[in-house]
Amino acid sequence: MPTTSQRTSQRADERLDVRKTYKLYIGGKFPRSESGRSYEVTDSRGRFLANASQGSRKDARDAVVAARGAFAGWAGATAYNRGQVLYRIAEVMEGRRAQFVAEVRASEGVTERRAETLVSAAIDRWVWYAGWSDKIAQVLGGLNPVAGPYFDISAPEPTGVVGILAPQRSSLLGLVSVIAPAIVSGNTTVVLTSELRPLPAITFSEALATSDVPGGVVNLITGRTAEVAPWIASHRDVNAIDLAGAAEADGVEWGDLELAAADNLKRVVRPAGEGADAVEPDWTADPDLSRIQAFLETKTVWHPKGR
Amino acid sequence: MAKFEYAPAPESRAVVDLKPSYGLFINGEFTDSEGGSAFKSISPATEEVLAEVTEASPADVDRAVAAARRAFNGPWGRMSGADRGKYLFRIARILQERAREFAVLESLDNGKPIRESRDVDVPLAAAHFFYHAGWADKLEYAGLGAGARPHGVVGQVIPWNFPLLMLAWKIAPALATGNTVVIKPAETTPLSALLFAEVLQQADLPPGVVNIVTGAGPTGQAIVDHPDIDKLAFTGSTGVGKMIARSIAGTRKKATLELGGKAANIIFDDAPIDQAVEGIVNGIFFNQGHVCCAGSRLLVQESIADEVEKRLKRRLATLRVGDPLDKNTDVGAINSKAQLSRITELTDAGEAEGAERWDNGCPLPDKGFWFRPTVFTGVSQTHRIAQEEIFGPVLSVLTFRTPHEAVAKANNTPYGLSAGIWTEKGSRILWMADQLRAGVVWANTFNKFDPTSPFGGYKESGYGREGGKHGLAAYVTTESTR
Repeated sequence: MPTTSQRTSQRADERLDVRKTYKLYIGGKFPRSESGRSYEVTDSRGRFLANASQGSRKDARDAVVAARGAFAGWAGATAYNRGQVLYRIAEVMEGRRAQFVAEVRASEGVTERRAETLVSAAIDRWVWYAGWSDKIAQVLGGLNPVAGPYFDISAPEPTGVVGILAPQRSSLLGLVSVIAPAIVSGNTTVVLTSELRPLPAITFSEALATSDVPGGVVNLITGRTAEVAPWIASHRDVNAIDLAGAAEADGVEWGDLELAAADNLKRVVRPAGEGADAVEPDWTADPDLSRIQAFLETKTVWHPKGR
Repeated sequence: MAKFEYAPAPESRAVVDLKPSYGLFINGEFTDSEGGSAFKSISPATEEVLAEVTEASPADVDRAVAAARRAFNGPWGRMSGADRGKYLFRIARILQERAREFAVLESLDNGKPIRESRDVDVPLAAAHFFYHAGWADKLEYAGLGAGARPHGVVGQVIPWNFPLLMLAWKIAPALATGNTVVIKPAETTPLSALLFAEVLQQADLPPGVVNIVTGAGPTGQAIVDHPDIDKLAFTGSTGVGKMIARSIAGTRKKATLELGGKAANIIFDDAPIDQAVEGIVNGIFFNQGHVCCAGSRLLVQESIADEVEKRLKRRLATLRVGDPLDKNTDVGAINSKAQLSRITELTDAGEAEGAERWDNGCPLPDKGFWFRPTVFTGVSQTHRIAQEEIFGPVLSVLTFRTPHEAVAKANNTPYGLSAGIWTEKGSRILWMADQLRAGVVWANTFNKFDPTSPFGGYKESGYGREGGKHGLAAYVTTESTR
């Protein structure tokens, strides 16, 4: 590795850095990939950054088990509590701001200033979504004036376990923009990070681990999207899938993943784009409710009125 | 005292004027098929042929889609919401005026009791048009998202259990939001949709806004696969729903799917038992059990299981099975020979797997397709009759001890359409309603429907909602969902 020789020739008074081997984030813990594999992560100019775990089918299935296990508790938490927990993510990320900026800069090859903007937007996105937790039901639910002596009310509920292909380009803002709307309503997630730019996601998992998000609510798997995504798309205990990260993922056809998802009628969020093409949208654009709504079910409850 | 016998009280058929054969309703008029064949629609109660209808070919579907596209790009797309609404109001009124005709035809073609078609199907269909008529010029208040606009041409495929009502559920929101429609009624129950075409002519709806193509699976597939269809709405089996989801995978077509169910109807020991028994009967024997949200799994608390079973059987012994047009009939004909075979196969499996079978022993007519109201006790969760949708007048009874056990059993299914709870304890109703993974929860009632009330499933019961403002959302795209 050329980078290694460069580093060994550095000045003698400069400290030799301690290199970290990155791991997965499943069920609130940091396991290595069951497969024992890792892959090299480089910066935008191809220079070595780190070794990341190369997640496998088994890791994905473990993550689904963790997400399913966390679902009842997270969905059952009060909306106020979920809002607090999401806001806490913003607080913890703010504390690691410099690290995120450095990693976004290295991963995406953007300027320092641009990286600052992107990290700020990512943190602010948590604040925005945090505020939604206890408003969704009032905005999207309500009383139904049925033609009879019944109390009839509709309210949104989380769909369940959501598989997420995180955007390939936008390593942090894009990642946050797909996770936050899924978990704010009480879903739990299995997230495949950007394949070539996973470092900000890995640091994000460390932020999550030191926040108040219960283990299993967000599970992060690094590795090859084309290898792991089909197992999530076809998994019978996954209720929905966001295919945002199918855009520009090597060897991934989003139509194939949607086809596999039909086996248990997953709710599918298609990638942006026209026809069979998939493009990565501009994640700096203001979000709306659509990604929250994509992972909600409406439950309607009837009861007679009487004396 | 001797029981009084009921005298026959048949509704007159004279109100229905059926033609011997029907073409396809495309671009505002009935037309002959291009290369399609004909099939017969029969009365499942007598096996009498009611009329011959057309099996639309892919070329016919293509013509229908083209007509719908022209209407969307033309008069319908340019029309104000207020005027769209006025057309829907007209349609609703005509349905009310011709209600008896529709009720009799529906009972003839479908086999359901006239009491239900008269009191449920037809009035609710009219109500759906009324409700959605009012939305047409108020969509900006529905919270549909920035830049909400119609999809364009919508393809709709509907089932045979509520032919006219499902047509109303599909067409009313599609038109209110400004879409145009190609709809296919089920092959065993096409006649009320063809009569509805006359209503559209009577209302002077512009040609091509609604096109009605009759046929079976291949016609439906031609709609699903047509490249100029923007959105699909389907009600039917989970199996076909999955086929549709696969067909549109990798395209930009949208879909809403309202599919099967295996609802738990849960009776706690403090429930008012007589009311609960009526709810159980309504839950599973309404419309011969041909209801996707039917309460087909009875979960009864162990301490009252014997008492509920006794009273339920006593009540079922009074159900009258027979002539759908008789106003005293409680349970009508099974919709088709194929469906009767399906019910027979599953109930045989129930016996073979060890559940105890009981039916009410009532006499059945010689001709037609019939099945006695049937109850299985001693059912375990692994039995096919506890897992698979029977779609017939067959109830599977299971027991539970604690609310947690009731929830676990109720949710132990890939479906998630509906559920019922019977208890006098309010806090338990609300806790149970939270725990049940189902789109509609009826507490101390069952099988209630209303155009303002969103209906649709969790999990493999499909996605999207019909009714209420939630139902409108299925018929528009927004800036962020295009």
